[in-house]
Amino acid sequence: MNSAMATDRVEAARQAPATTPPVIAARDLSLTYEATDGPVQALSGIDLDIQRGEFVSLIGPSGCGKTTLLRVIADLETASAGSITVNGVSPQEARLNRSYGYVFQAPALYPWRSIAGNVGLPLEIMGYPKAERRERVEKNLALVNLTGFERKFPWQLSGGMQQRASIARALSFDPDLLLMDEPFGALDEIVRDKLNEQLLRLWDLTRKTVVFVTHSIPEAVFLSTRIVVMSPRPGRIHETIPCDFPRDRTLDIRETPEFLEIANRVRHGLREGHSYE
Amino acid sequence: MTESKRPPSDFPDIFSRGEKGAAMADAATLPAMRARRGGASRFFAALWRGAVGPIVVVCAAIVALWYLGAVLMNADLQRSAFENAGRKSWTTAELVAGTLSQERPKLPAPHQVAQELWKTVVDTPATSKRSLVYHGGVTLSATLLGFLFGAGLGVGLAVLIVHVKSLERSLMPWIISSQTIPIIALAPMIVIILNQLDITGIVPKAAIAAYLSFFPVTVGMVKGLRSPDPLQLDLMRTYSASQAQTFWSLRLPACVPFLFASLRVGVAAALVGTVVAELTQSADGGFGARLLAGSYYGQTIQIWAAIFAAAACACALIAAVALADRIVARRMGYAR
Repeated sequence: MNSAMATDRVEAARQAPATTPPVIAARDLSLTYEATDGPVQALSGIDLDIQRGEFVSLIGPSGCGKTTLLRVIADLETASAGSITVNGVSPQEARLNRSYGYVFQAPALYPWRSIAGNVGLPLEIMGYPKAERRERVEKNLALVNLTGFERKFPWQLSGGMQQRASIARALSFDPDLLLMDEPFGALDEIVRDKLNEQLLRLWDLTRKTVVFVTHSIPEAVFLSTRIVVMSPRPGRIHETIPCDFPRDRTLDIRETPEFLEIANRVRHGLREGHSYE
Repeated sequence: MTESKRPPSDFPDIFSRGEKGAAMADAATLPAMRARRGGASRFFAALWRGAVGPIVVVCAAIVALWYLGAVLMNADLQRSAFENAGRKSWTTAELVAGTLSQERPKLPAPHQVAQELWKTVVDTPATSKRSLVYHGGVTLSATLLGFLFGAGLGVGLAVLIVHVKSLERSLMPWIISSQTIPIIALAPMIVIILNQLDITGIVPKAAIAAYLSFFPVTVGMVKGLRSPDPLQLDLMRTYSASQAQTFWSLRLPACVPFLFASLRVGVAAALVGTVVAELTQSADGGFGARLLAGSYYGQTIQIWAAIFAAAACACALIAAVALADRIVARRMGYAR
């Protein structure tokens, strides 16, 4: 069954470019910003296509521009040169179309809102009617295993639960694209493993496109269909490593030779791209 | 028996609560004098530990200092009073008793002020112009009106400043310099100008109260409206929220704790403003009018009673704001 699904995925990946345009297409993308001690090149010559249904991880040492790239996709930063489209339009239009959900490093829940209130926040902003809001909040809290916590306030939840609530919030308006910026970076290993597995289930279930920033090699290899290794100063793509495990993989695959091989390739890529001058 | 173990300290209990039993045993066996000293030290140590103890100790110290001050400050007056009465000699006890029962002392004793407060608050009907309840009502109504004006103005200015960048630079210097002018100098001007415009009664006093109370509200609200962190703001941007939506869903709820902190300062400032205004516009009564009348006629006891009544009112106002703060905080999930 696993192999059937794997073939499925490979099939889908092969067909995708032909039938549907990429969700994200960046060409020679650069971003330079002015710091107090002169210009800093955060991104340089980024070429990247992400197809529908992919789970792409951006991995690299801090300062390699992976978060910046994600923020350019989300129209939280503007590129200074090159071109980028999201769903075939400019990032700004894509943002105005509300075509992505963004999960930040910190849960960024509003402390004065209950968990249900936080998950329903984007729905309120986007003007969903009340009944549908309640329905969607309920559904998405169930999706992240937080049923029963609707009326709790954020401080009453653990860090992992808060981050799950923030994922439910990003999913609540059902965007096709999920942008995640080191969402589990602040959590301990055990919670992180668990959430990785849940995220993979979610991705499999909802068939969304995910762009995932991380600096953990096992996390990237476990989650992704493709790993983009980035290197710093200036931030650029060093290597793209395909990583086609079946969609319903479990944590056990981390002990397989295939997993370790890909992890090693990523590690090498990171080492090559990282120069200590 | 345990002499060697226990140093002859006067406050062993502060450091060694567990030895209380041992200390008791000591007290029983030691000579009477040491037992009394030990008892006194234990008494004070116990006072200092409790929740009420420190408050009682501080209050007692203030009252004691006050009595001492009253005796020292009124002594000269008392000596000349004795001399005027033709007395050549008097005992210290007579002198002290005299200093604490003068009709117009330089510094009235606490019990004199308490008596005056009792007389003017409880014994006088609230409708009488001699009642502090009547004057309190006059002051409080102007204070509350002014506080409403001031808080509204403060919030409005803060919203403008946060949303219109050029206004911060053009308004803030005026807002700050408005608070550098002594209100005692400005209050009569405001009253006269408003009277020229046929605005009389409670409004001029409320205007001065508002003048003092808007400032902390503006400063606190500007800080509060800017308190959301970049992540929380980015989140709103990812939803393509409008500026109004960001204001109502993020900036305003985020600034509530700041708002209540500044309202506490603002409400006390409003009371001060009203009292200052009443010094100018004293015909209407109020605590300020009582202070003014007291200083005309050298009625120091009346002045101190009015001061204490005003302070009590300010405490009550601050407590009311604090109560509102707690209710709102609980509803917003801030209370833990």
